[in-house]
Amino acid sequence: MTPPSPSTPSKGSTLSPQGRGQGEGRKDEGKAAEGTRTLTVWHDRVPIRVHASGAGPALVYFHGPWGLTWGPFLDALARQFTVYAPEHPGTSPDAPEAIQHVDHLWDLVLCYDELLEQLAVRDAMVVGHSFGAMVACEVAAQAPRRVKRLVLIDPIGLWRDDAPVINWMLLSPQEMPGYVFQQPESAAAKALFSMPADPEEGALARTRLTWAMGATGKFIWPIPDKGLKKRIHRVDAPTLLVWGEADRLVPRAYAKDFADRLTDTRLEVVAGAGHAPQLEQPEATARVVQAFLKI
Amino acid sequence: MKISAFHLMPHRELPADFERRYPSVWVTPPWGELADARRVGQYYNWTLDELLHAARMGFDGVCTNEHHQNAYGFMPSPNLMGSVLAKQTNGLDVAIVQMGMTLPTTSPPVRVAEEYGMIDCISGGRLVAGLPLGSPMDVNLAYGITPMEHRERYREAFDLVLKAWQAKEIFAWNGKYFQLGQVNLWPRPVQDPHPPVWVPGSGSISTFDFATEHNVCYCFLSYAGARAASTMMDGYWDVVDKKGLERNPYRAGFLQLVAVSETDAQAEADYAKHVEYFYHKCLHVPPQWFAPPGNQDYRSLLAANRNPVRRAEDPKTLRYKDFVNKGYVIAGSPTTVRERLVEEVIKRLHVGNLMLLIQIGSMPHELTLKNTELIAREVLPGLREIWDDKGWENHWWPKSLRGARQTVGAAR
Repeated sequence: MTPPSPSTPSKGSTLSPQGRGQGEGRKDEGKAAEGTRTLTVWHDRVPIRVHASGAGPALVYFHGPWGLTWGPFLDALARQFTVYAPEHPGTSPDAPEAIQHVDHLWDLVLCYDELLEQLAVRDAMVVGHSFGAMVACEVAAQAPRRVKRLVLIDPIGLWRDDAPVINWMLLSPQEMPGYVFQQPESAAAKALFSMPADPEEGALARTRLTWAMGATGKFIWPIPDKGLKKRIHRVDAPTLLVWGEADRLVPRAYAKDFADRLTDTRLEVVAGAGHAPQLEQPEATARVVQAFLKI
Repeated sequence: MKISAFHLMPHRELPADFERRYPSVWVTPPWGELADARRVGQYYNWTLDELLHAARMGFDGVCTNEHHQNAYGFMPSPNLMGSVLAKQTNGLDVAIVQMGMTLPTTSPPVRVAEEYGMIDCISGGRLVAGLPLGSPMDVNLAYGITPMEHRERYREAFDLVLKAWQAKEIFAWNGKYFQLGQVNLWPRPVQDPHPPVWVPGSGSISTFDFATEHNVCYCFLSYAGARAASTMMDGYWDVVDKKGLERNPYRAGFLQLVAVSETDAQAEADYAKHVEYFYHKCLHVPPQWFAPPGNQDYRSLLAANRNPVRRAEDPKTLRYKDFVNKGYVIAGSPTTVRERLVEEVIKRLHVGNLMLLIQIGSMPHELTLKNTELIAREVLPGLREIWDDKGWENHWWPKSLRGARQTVGAAR
């Protein structure tokens, strides 16, 4: 299998699904993790493309609302771990309709339960960003023993009336980079949000970005408080909260809400970053995450 | 032809700098800064009076619709207005066109079937049942429905309403979005098997398919006029042809802004500022709110991204003369308006059910009455018989009113 490309898979990179269908990942999981493959869950209805790289203990990474970006952050983690990065249903370029079979958050959590079973991930480091951090929390609440350590990067999932989470799905394309990144003109921001000049590629990229927000937004509209507060007490893994120092979407006040509900947490604030520190400050973010995951 | 008077019930007195001071006319305009309940009560009463005046002056129908959290048109419950209109027009051959109660936000949707049943009973079978999808601002932003579930929820609600009207036996509804153990509608509508159904749309192909598959009247509600609509309406008629359905013009509805005065010059003097108010203030909405992620299906989204030319021009850059020249508004003397309606709208788009917006933006009460009267007396007589020689049956109009023709200009 080919190693994951450093580009953004959700923007039409050259990565292609390699094999599909039940059983594909069952035989040799753990050994030949390198590359991209599609596993099918939910009674054969939901294909989930998984990017995998590295060697060592398993680490699962759940991406945020703008699709999976494989970049320096995940490369750094892959030096110590076998990183599995699934794409949320509907966000893979070749299977936009997969999301139509996942009706509720409970469906999504069980889809990931099936996926992690197929990958034979039994006790893993779990890292999530934004919406993906909410998913990571839900996965950990459903199967606490599967998660050894948990990292939540600018997570959503709770709600405070005095510090509402901004609904990024209502922002204009012009405003969006300034809400996600502290430096909207940075290369990281451009990599996520500038669209290819070629009309067809541009149309595809725009469509995928919007659809990725729609497919993830299905589980959080209009307020990203879908009951995690009732389930989060089940999480027993030590948890690192990572916040970009200038997150304009999810105020840092939420760090306290997560800390109050989890048993063992610490907070790291990443300077020079907004809502996506793993993209804006990948090295610094990787450092704090790696330090926490060192057992 | 069947020609109805349409009213949005807008805020008529927004400040001159509204669109610069506030980000949107929809969802977020602050009530406390912009509105006064007693004054708004006056607007509602004017609206009812204007529609009733249209009914008495000879229009074939009166139209109301549902929108939320906005100053553009705020009848959150069109049926409150429609029931007043139904009562007050008893004895007239006027259809009560509810354009209508938004399906995906009405829970459970049998409420739509019930309230429409009530209006049909009160009016003696004069209801036209609009079953709209609702705008994203209303459904997703104001009423919290998940964009990706908006259309699917609509389709389920549509099926449930149609079944509730027609089922002879009590039935259970085990849907994805709605579960009801025993549906047994009280009251049932007078019209049998059910009132005619109109589905408003904004030109998406999936709605063309839906409208033809369900044999309903497809209504294009556009503010960019007939010229801008021609490509879309041609697309609709293509779908009608492909499905082997007859090209009955009553299968289509169209909404047109109309402003009539004694002469073209007088029309400009009377209406220019109200037309500009409508396009500059009442349509002041962040463009991305019309399509939050997931609201369009993947295919339509990709198609829209591939053809960005379909994006309309920014009306804030246009003035009265532009709106008139481009056909956004058909305004002028009765002759000018009549000729343009016949050629650009009725014949070009092949439309049998025409809706005219009689009150535009800040247009005050007296001027609205004048517009309504001039349309009724001077314009309608030249339009009503247009399709008569073709022998089409308007299956999408209350049966008892199909042959009726109100006397024009009866009131006053």
